[in-house]
Amino acid sequence: MDAFVALYLFMLAGIAGYVLIANVPSILHTPLLSGSNFIHGVVLAGAIVALGHAEGTLEISIGFFGVMAATANVVGGYVVTDRMLAMFESSAKRNKRRVEEERRQLAERHLTDADTRDASKDSASDSTGADA
Amino acid sequence: MINSSSFFIDLAYFFSATLFIYGLRRMSSPISARTGIWIAAAGMLLAVAASFAHPNVTGNHWLILFAMLIGGVFSFIHAKRVVISEMPQMIALYNGLGGGAAAAIASVELLRAAEHGPSQRILAVAGALIGCIAFSGSLLAFAKLAGWAKFGNWFSRRQTAYVAMMAVVLLLGFILSFSNTAHPVLLLMFFVLALLFGVFMTSPIAQADMPVLISLYNAAAGLAVAFEGFVLGNPAMMVAGTLVCAAGALLTRLMARAVNRRLSEILYSGFGIPHEINETTTQYGHVNEVDAFDAATTMAFAEEVVIVPGYGMAVSQAQHKVQELTQLLEERGVNVQFAIHPVAGRMPGHMNVLLAEAGVAYEKIHDIGEINNEMKKIDVALVIGANDIVNLSARTDEKSPLHGMPILNVDEASSVIVLKRGDGQGYAGLDNPLLQHGKTRVHFGDARESVQEMISAIKSLD
Repeated sequence: MDAFVALYLFMLAGIAGYVLIANVPSILHTPLLSGSNFIHGVVLAGAIVALGHAEGTLEISIGFFGVMAATANVVGGYVVTDRMLAMFESSAKRNKRRVEEERRQLAERHLTDADTRDASKDSASDSTGADA
Repeated sequence: MINSSSFFIDLAYFFSATLFIYGLRRMSSPISARTGIWIAAAGMLLAVAASFAHPNVTGNHWLILFAMLIGGVFSFIHAKRVVISEMPQMIALYNGLGGGAAAAIASVELLRAAEHGPSQRILAVAGALIGCIAFSGSLLAFAKLAGWAKFGNWFSRRQTAYVAMMAVVLLLGFILSFSNTAHPVLLLMFFVLALLFGVFMTSPIAQADMPVLISLYNAAAGLAVAFEGFVLGNPAMMVAGTLVCAAGALLTRLMARAVNRRLSEILYSGFGIPHEINETTTQYGHVNEVDAFDAATTMAFAEEVVIVPGYGMAVSQAQHKVQELTQLLEERGVNVQFAIHPVAGRMPGHMNVLLAEAGVAYEKIHDIGEINNEMKKIDVALVIGANDIVNLSARTDEKSPLHGMPILNVDEASSVIVLKRGDGQGYAGLDNPLLQHGKTRVHFGDARESVQEMISAIKSLD
């Protein structure tokens, strides 16, 4: 590959990485670190090629180590990140459910409040309600 | 035939790079984060499958599968079993292995130096150096975090040794870059020195700076992968590696800013000045002890409680008990919040992960800026296994290595309860004046057991 094309690639990917992470809440720092750790596991794609054309005991054994280490990076990185994010997901969902629940209860309370108020007041509001 | 297959391989690499970018994008929001890692995983499968079909893979297919099987099975079992609080060292370990793999690629390619042009060889050497440092540095960080290695300040005063070592490494790298024949002996020397350099870089760093270092090695491994991607002509590796490097660099800077230190200071303090740990003051002055029952009742009758978790909570796996305690207090009408210091624990966001695991709601978790404004309104600050992040000497003691780091101002709350494992100091090994502070009461014991005792105490109030 042409060295200058590579340079452009480095620059653009670098900017992309920077922009993607720039506004991440601190709560996600660990999963993100772990997730980007998983992504650089793509070194496995290179390690396969390196071992694939390695010749002689020395090259092959180094290549073997490379593929092994890279696979451990990929698999371990994925499992750890996924486990972490699963917890976030469940806690986010639980949270959402709770907020919805509270909102519903609030709405119900509001309704019942309105009912009692209506009952205690004169029937004018009732009739307007019925009209509407 | 060769042409059409290489077209499809290039296409697969292109899509996998796209998926990595999109996956990382989705990972930066809590709601979509999990689909993000799945998308990135799809990209990974694509890239690996394409490499199998790569025209340069001329043999060793069974060896490749065998190596993948060993590495994959081991780390799968390991990663599934590890408890959440040990995540930091796991990330350090897998990160190091990635850097090591990049270095391995470099050494195979440099042994086949004749196949590559000078620009490829230069980046192969640079990637090898960075990858080696990430490899040995991360592995040592892993060992230190796992409590296996308690290496102190090895060689910490020998700055000249580092400079000389770096000079030799660079010279060797120069020779390797500009000769088109392989030099196995020089290569071996180069690798040994580069690996040693990573060890020396990590060994003195053992305090609040650890999260910064792990994040830095993550960025380094990414850069090494990107460089080796250029050597092999693999754009997916180049894009993914550079992405990780940029993201990791930004994350490192955020972390360094959180401890109010420049990255250069952190690394330099590792290389140069050994921290002056004042050993004469490690004896505690007068500490007010409190039993779990009193601590619990103080909180049960308070209005505003803030909980400050630290590494001690992670070690004793107390997060679920802490959540139980929180719920009990809330049933009694106490408003409970959590204050998270950016470097609490051993990882950026370490405490957030644990609290999320225990099911603590997001909106109760506040970062240092938010909570410090509120601290004066707080009745009780409960510090669970945290030390450095509430160490008052960070404000006042100019000799303290923590000096200048923003801390959680728990001393502004009406009262402070500290749960402490025992006679140990913080990870930084420093004495904490907070413990002797008039407002502070200390309960010694394992965090989980202490919190359990407090839970029983509150239950017995009814």
